[in-house]
Amino acid sequence: MSDHNYVPSSKIGKWFNDRLPLLTLADHLKEYPTPKNLNYWWTFGGILTFCLITQIITGIVLGMHYIAHADYAFDSVEHIMRDVNYGWLIRYVHANGASMFFLAVYIHIFRSLYYGSYKSPREVIWIIGMIIYLLMMMTAFMGYVLPWGQMSFWGATVITNLFSAVPFFGEGITNWLWGGYSVDNPTLTRFFSLHYLLPFLILGLVILHIWALHVPGNNNPIGIDLKKPSKDTVPFHPYIVIKDLFALLLFLIVFAFFVFYSPNVLGHSDNYIEANPLVTPAHIVPEWYLLPFYAILRSVPDKLLGVVAMFASIFILIILPWLDTSKIRSAIFRPIYKQLYWILVLDVLILGYMGAMPAEGTYLLIARVATAYYFIHFLVILPLLGKREKTLDVPLSITEPVLGGSPNPQMVKKKEQLS
Amino acid sequence: MSEKKKVERRDFIFTASYALGAVGVGAVVWPLIDQMNPDRSVKALASTEVDISSLEPGKSITVLWRGKPVFIKRRTKDEIEEARNVDIKDLPHPEKDEDRAKDPEWLVMLGICTHLGCVPLGDKGEYNGWFCPCHGSHYDTSGRIRKGPAPTNLEIPKYEFVNSNTIKIG
Repeated sequence: MSDHNYVPSSKIGKWFNDRLPLLTLADHLKEYPTPKNLNYWWTFGGILTFCLITQIITGIVLGMHYIAHADYAFDSVEHIMRDVNYGWLIRYVHANGASMFFLAVYIHIFRSLYYGSYKSPREVIWIIGMIIYLLMMMTAFMGYVLPWGQMSFWGATVITNLFSAVPFFGEGITNWLWGGYSVDNPTLTRFFSLHYLLPFLILGLVILHIWALHVPGNNNPIGIDLKKPSKDTVPFHPYIVIKDLFALLLFLIVFAFFVFYSPNVLGHSDNYIEANPLVTPAHIVPEWYLLPFYAILRSVPDKLLGVVAMFASIFILIILPWLDTSKIRSAIFRPIYKQLYWILVLDVLILGYMGAMPAEGTYLLIARVATAYYFIHFLVILPLLGKREKTLDVPLSITEPVLGGSPNPQMVKKKEQLS
Repeated sequence: MSEKKKVERRDFIFTASYALGAVGVGAVVWPLIDQMNPDRSVKALASTEVDISSLEPGKSITVLWRGKPVFIKRRTKDEIEEARNVDIKDLPHPEKDEDRAKDPEWLVMLGICTHLGCVPLGDKGEYNGWFCPCHGSHYDTSGRIRKGPAPTNLEIPKYEFVNSNTIKIG
C-alpha cells in the first residue's frame, strides 16, 4: 500500500483527519500506484462500479412507483411505462442495465482468466468477486420476477422447482421459498424485499473486493510482480481515472443504443402478458446471461444430477486458484493455455446458444459435449497443464523489454526462479 | 503456564454460557426462518370444493387449487376402457388406472407436467390424453406418462366426493 504519512495542508483538514482519516484514504486512492501497462480490459472494474450505482439509483426510483402485489404488480409496471414522468426511461435503463452489468462482468471475469489475475496473491479478490457474481445472478433472477409477466411467473416456477430435486426435503424447501404451494403473492413480496436488499450487499462486497485489490495491487498484462511505486507504475489519478472514464463513455454508447433503439431486444415478449398460472408459454427461456448454466442443467438427463452439475459449474470457479497449478500468470507467456483459453470462451458461447435452443436432437448432443468440456477444462486440463507446459521467458519489469528492444536473455526470469 | 491446563469450575460456566447462547440464538432465528413457510391464510385455502354436476362425459374442467391447475375429467366409456386395457409393463411409471381413479368415470389430477412444471394441453397427443407443448411429453387417458422426457405420471391430489355433485380437493 502507498505510504500513510499523508498530512492535509489545511488546518481543518488536519483536525478532521486526526479524528477520522478519510483524507488519508482519499490520498491513497488518488496516489494508488498502478501498473503503467494496463490495457482497456482493465477498465471494466470502473464500468462495473458505474453499472451497480446505476442499478441502485434507477431501482430506488422504480421502487417508488412499483407495487409488489400479485394483483397490481403487472399494472404498476405499465403505469410506470405510460404515466410516470420519464418512467419509461428509468425502467428501460434498469432492465437493460442488468444486461449491461452482466456483459461487463463477463468481460471482467474472462480478463481475469486470460491474465491469471485469480492467482496468488489475489485469491481472495477472486473469491469475493465470485460471491458478487452469485449475488448478481440471484438479484437479476428475482428482479425479472417482479413485473409479474408470463416469463416472470414461469421462470420463477422452473428455477424454484430446481430445489424440488433435493432428496427428502425438496418439497419442504420449495414450499418455504414460495410461502405457499406454488409461486404466488407471498413469493412476489419476498422477492421484492430481497431484490431491494441484495444490491447493497453487493455494494459492501465491492468495497471489500477493492480493498483486497489494494493490498497486493493490480495484476497487469504481463502478470509479473512489481515494485511499488516505481518506474513501472503510475498514480491512479489522473492516469487511470481518465482512461476508465474514456472506456466508460464508449461503453455508454452501447448501453444507450439498447436503451433508446432496441430496449426490448434482450427481453422476452411473453413478459408483456400478465402472469397466468393456468397457461404455460410454449418456450421458457431464461435471460441471456444465464443461458450457459441453463444448458448445463438440461444436458444432464437426471433431474437431481442436472441441478448438481449446474451449481458445480459455478462453484468450480471459486476453487479455480487452486485448480490452475501454473506459476506463470499471464496467458501471453503460456502458449498452450492461450489456445485453450479461447476454446473455453468458444465453449461457453456454444453453451449459451444451446441454452436458448430446444433441448433435443443435435442441440442436446452438442450441449452435452460442451458441458463435458467445461468441466474437463477446469478439473483435468488446468491442473495438468500447469505442471507440463513449457512457458516463455517472462521479463523482469514492464519497462525493461521496452527500453531493451527485444527481450534481453540475461534480463529474463526463468520459470524455475519464480517462487 | 507450561503446566497442562486443568479443568476448572469456571470452564463449566463457559460451556454452560455457550450452550445457553446457542439455544437463545436458535430460538430467535427460527421465527425468522419459519415466517417464510406457508401462512395461515394460504393453508386455509388448502382445500377447494368443486361443483361437477354440469360436466358432460368427455369434457373436463380446470380449477385452481393451492395456485396450481387441477384437471377434472369426466371420462367416456372408450377412454376408461383404453386406460384399463394397457399392459402395466409397457409403462415408464407403472400404475394401474384403478389406483388413479377411485370412480372410473372421474379422473382428478394436477395439471402440472412432471418434467419442468408446464401445464399440458387436454385431448392431445399420441395417446388421446394430454400433451405438454414445452418438451413433448405424451400422457394417456389416465394421465400416465407414455412418451417424452417427463419422469412420472401426472400427480393425483388428495380428493373425495362430498356428494354426487361435489368433489373436495385437498
